[in-house]
Parts: sequence; structure tokens; C-alpha cells
Amino acid sequence: MHIVVIGLSHKTAPVEIREKLAFAPTAMERPLRQMLELSTINEGLIISTCNRVELCAVTKEPDAAIAELRRFLAEYHEVSPEEISENLFDYQGEEAIRHLFRVSSSLDSMVLGEPQILGQIKTAYGYAAEFKTAGLILNRFLHKAFSVAKRVRTETAIASNAVSVSFAAVELARKIFDRLDNKGVMIIGAGEMCELAARHFVTNGISKVLVTNRTFERAEKLAAEFEGKAVPFDSFVDHLAEVDIIMTSTGAPNFILGKRQMEEVLKRRKNRPMFLIDIAVPRDIDPKVNDISNTYLYDVDDLQGVVQANLKERQKEAGKAEAIVEQEIGQFHLWLGNLEVKPTVIALRRKLEEIRQQELEKTFGNLKDLTGKQRKSIEAMAGAIINKILHKPTAILKNSQNDTSGEDYVDAVRTLFDLTAVADDDQEIKPLDDPDQA
Amino acid sequence: MTANLLLFKITLLVYFVATICYLIGVISRKEGVRQSAVWILISGFGVHCVTIVVRWCSSGAAPVASLHESLSFFAWALIGTYLLFYWRYRTVMLGAFITPLALSLMIIGTNQSAQAPALNPMLDSWWFPVHVTLAFLGHAVFAIAAAAGIMYLLQERMLKSKKFSGLFYRLPSLDTLDSMNYKCLTFGFPLMTMGIISGAIWANSAWGGYWRWDPKETWALITWFIYAALLHGRLTIGWRGRRAAIVAIIGFCLLLFTFFGVNMFLSGEHSFRNFTGQ
Repeated sequence: MHIVVIGLSHKTAPVEIREKLAFAPTAMERPLRQMLELSTINEGLIISTCNRVELCAVTKEPDAAIAELRRFLAEYHEVSPEEISENLFDYQGEEAIRHLFRVSSSLDSMVLGEPQILGQIKTAYGYAAEFKTAGLILNRFLHKAFSVAKRVRTETAIASNAVSVSFAAVELARKIFDRLDNKGVMIIGAGEMCELAARHFVTNGISKVLVTNRTFERAEKLAAEFEGKAVPFDSFVDHLAEVDIIMTSTGAPNFILGKRQMEEVLKRRKNRPMFLIDIAVPRDIDPKVNDISNTYLYDVDDLQGVVQANLKERQKEAGKAEAIVEQEIGQFHLWLGNLEVKPTVIALRRKLEEIRQQELEKTFGNLKDLTGKQRKSIEAMAGAIINKILHKPTAILKNSQNDTSGEDYVDAVRTLFDLTAVADDDQEIKPLDDPDQA
Repeated sequence: MTANLLLFKITLLVYFVATICYLIGVISRKEGVRQSAVWILISGFGVHCVTIVVRWCSSGAAPVASLHESLSFFAWALIGTYLLFYWRYRTVMLGAFITPLALSLMIIGTNQSAQAPALNPMLDSWWFPVHVTLAFLGHAVFAIAAAAGIMYLLQERMLKSKKFSGLFYRLPSLDTLDSMNYKCLTFGFPLMTMGIISGAIWANSAWGGYWRWDPKETWALITWFIYAALLHGRLTIGWRGRRAAIVAIIGFCLLLFTFFGVNMFLSGEHSFRNFTGQ
């Protein structure tokens, strides 16, 4: 059995094509069922997000399956296969396993380490489970992918540190104030970025919001949105001492806040620290303000710098994450390989033969005065018992190759006779543990 | 080797391992290193407690008379205070400053005679252990303040210059560090004050005078004024942050000088030689 993946992502296709090929999340039953009707597909799963559309399947003939899936994706969305063929990637075998592990660990995301993708894959798997298009192998595969993602998340810092400007502002505030719930913020000017950052601050616990704008109505409107208070633009400086964080994004051509003014404010606050975020271009706050002690001024470039530094931190972690993925691929690949009928039959026979040898030795140890002939016949009897016992199961296993029940039997036999412990190359491997706990 | 000395050596060894873990924890990205550092330190502290109790029982007097004993007690107070702060603030990074200091004190301690001293009868008063204990607890709290101060300066520098190293992500927030400074001051200053007063009372009973202006007393008084100024500045005129951090560091340097420097460079009644009459 092989795993194959075909699809497209933000790396291979522009949004115009991605939106054409996306599946509506509310109507997954039809495409899933149609996918399973394809002659080469045994199990199927569809992942569709704004950044990627992927079809993942279990098949006996990987090359044929890939071709069929490519055609299916195009025909389902009524585009010609040639039109999108350049944008589609496909993987099979170990490559396919690596791909899905990397995607669910957010190593393939547009923003490295973003957390949504795992939830999206879980939803996709939920549909496949609901409509019974995922069987033994996809179940195991997806659970493994989730546990890999979890390991990556807990063992590396790939998802820590903000990678957007507005989030970076919140994180910096945390590094200055620790707690935000008893802090206040003033928004000067009503730029979109300011609004976004303000929203982040409010969701992170900021309790007091003051808004000021040259047009007082706009200030009032924005203040209402955050359950804050609007203050007149002419007198906003008088209110600065009441807040801890100041965000500016006015269209003013000159500085609206100078060093002398801020020194006054700090004195009124008894030097309690202030965090100033100047997102305006041209800037609103005199950069010299940063020289005042207990005052931290960040402009747009500074925040970009923080984001870049955070991204670099994440990138450093990515290597570690890739290593985790590689480890897990080996394990899963082994399990998948073990689902083949022939090696299973051989392993089963070898196992029973071992038992026969051990028991014969024990018996002969106790019965020392047996003649050679008697020994021979006891040996033959033990062999005959094994053959008789194995006859029917072997036949069933061999026949099951021809239908989808094959893996279920093989998996059952491997579990019942504890055959998972030894790999083909006689290397000891750990038994596969519960994927949710790994 | 006596049981006591053996315990001391074990403590030293565990502290050594803990210090290494803390220092690795500063650069490592693995949370596990920092967690194990804490647990190793806690077990070392446990052994240290036993060491001190055993010593106390065997000599019958509070184990703070010889330099060896004092250093060990100082280190004990330091680790104990750190663990209390860890419990409250959960900052592992603080340990990276405190454990090397405690370890150095212990190492200097091993080079001192571990003989239980025959206490100079003149010093045999209940005020003696009270004075020394209060003084060392104050020292320990101020050591935390100084470590928090160093961390504050590092963190503040990164926030101001907008150049962040990996340390930035592991250091606590400025607010936490500054509030540690304040907490230390509110505990350390009364401890130090009571230490000086109890010392004066003891001096009166031993030598018949409350204050003799010997070098240690003088330096302790200077240090006390520094901390008094910091406390005053914090409470009334809004000293905080960077300035408070710097003063806390200077204050602790003075404390260390009062403890070591005066013994080494200047002579006076506080020299350990005088304690034991050697």
C-alpha cells in the first residue's frame, strides 16, 4: 500500500488558481465520495484551505492514482487538466508522508509556525472519518501527523514570538509591563494598522482605551468600538499621563509629540514606563523621545525589525522541527511496509518456528533417554501442528491481498502475534505507541 | 573527614552541577535544562539545610562564627532567598546570577579551616547569632536585588536599542524586574537595619560601647545609607527602573566589600581572627 498526495499551495499556485480549485467546507461529502469511486483509490482525504488544496489517498498503484487524482481535481472544478498541471505537485511513498507531516507541523506554511493549519487538517480528517473515506491507513497516518505536529510545537519554539507588526507591539508591551490588564492605551489618529494593534491590545487585556483624532466624530466612533473614551485632539497631551501605551498614525507632516512634552508627561507619571508606537509615515513622534529614561519608542521600521528577528528565531527552530519529522517518517514508513502480506506471512512462520525450537529443546532436556527415531517423530509432530494451524490464516491473508480488507488482517496478525517488534533489517524498533500520547 | 565536612562537600558538588545547568539554561533553547536546574538546586539546598543543622548540633553554637561557617551560611541564605523568589516570580534566569555567587562563596569556604571554633567567651551572647543571621539574610535579599538589577539593565538596553539577542526572549519583563527590586528593598532594608541595631546591642554587651567606628561598622553604615537613599527615592520621587537597578548593583558591591574587603584589607573587631582568638 502506498500513500500519495497531489495538490497545490501558495508556493506553487497564485490565488486566482487556488480559489478556483478550493472545496467548499460545507459540502465535503460529494467530492470525498467521488474520490473514493476512482478505480485506484482505497482511502481518501481532502484538505482545502485558503493557502492549499490537497488530495491525499491510499492506493496500490501510486503512479496511476496520481494521474487519476490530477484528472479528478481538474474535472471536479471544471477546468482543463493541462491548465493547472504546472501548479500541481505530487508526492508518493516516503515523500508523501514527509509532505503531510511538514504541512501539519506548519513547516510548509506561508508564515512559518502559524497554528491554524493543524486545526484545518483536523477538520479535513473529521470529514473523511465522518463519510468513512478514511480507513486503517489514513487513520493511523493522520493521527501520526497530529502527534508529529504536537511534538514539533512542544519541543521547538517554532510557534513562539509574534510575526506580525501588530502582534509584535503587544509582545513588546508585555516585555515592558508584564501585565496589560491594568494598563491604558491612547490611539492618536485612526489608521487601519492602529486599529488592528488596538484590537490586539484589547483582546490581550488592556482595560482603558482613549482615542483622539482631528475629526472628533471619528475618534468617537472608534472609541465606541473599544468601549473607550474620545478626547479632543487639541488637548490630547493632557491625557497622556493617564495611559501607558501610545499609538500614533496621523497624517501630520511634522512631529506632534516632542521630547520636552514627553519629559513633562513622564514627570507627571512619576517615571512609570511608557511604550510609544509610531506607525505613521512621516513619523508623528520625535525619535529623541527614545532617549528619555523609562520611555520606549518604536517606529514602523523598529517593529519590522522585531518581526524579522522573531522570524529568524523561528527559522532556527525549523531545523529542529525537520529533524523530528524525519524521525517520525521512518517509524511510520516501517509500519506501512509491515502491512504487506508476504513479509507478514514469513515473519509469522519464523516466529512460530522459533517457538517450536525452544519448546523442543526444553522437552528433549527433560526426556534424556529418547532414541534418535523418537526425537525425529516429536520434531515432525511439532512441525505438523504449526503447519496445520497456519494453513487457514495464511490462505486468508493471501486472498485478502485482492480486496481492501488486506491491511486489517495484516495489522491484526502483526498485533496478535507481536510481529511489529522486528524490522526487516533485523533492527530493534520501538513498538508503535498510541499516537495521541506520543 | 567528619560527617559535617562530607555533607558540606556534597552540597558544594550539587551546587556546582546546578550552576552548570543554570548557565547552560541561559543559552539553551530547551526548557528542560532550566527545569532540571531548579530541581537540582532544590535538592542541594536540602542537603545544605541538613549540613547546617548537623553543624549546629555538634558544636552547640549557631554555625556563623568562623569564616568557613559564615560563608556557608551566606550561601545558604542566598539560595533559600532565591528559591523563595523563584516560587513567587518563576524566573529561572535569576538563578544564573545567584548560583555562581553562592558557589563561589562555598568554594572560598572550603579553603577556610572547617574546625568548629572555640568561641571567644567575650562573644558568647544570644545577640551574636541574631546579629549575624539578620545581616546575612539582608545580604542575600540585596544580592537578589543586584541580580535583578543586572537583568534589568540587559533587558532595558535591548528594548532601547531594539537589538534583540536570544536572551531577550528568556529574560522577564522590565516591570517584573523592577518590582523585584522594590520587593527586595522592602525586605532587605529592615533586615539590614535590624542587623545593625542588634549588632550595636551585642557590641555594647561585649565591649561596653554601642558604636566604635571600626572599619566594618563604617562601611556597613555607608552601605545602609545607599539603600536608605534608594528606598527614599523610590517612595517619594519616583526613582525606578534603570536608576534603581544601578543603585541596587552599587549597594551590593559595597556589601561585598564590607564583608570581604574589610576583613582582608582593614583590621578591626569584626575580623574573624578576633572571634576565635587565634
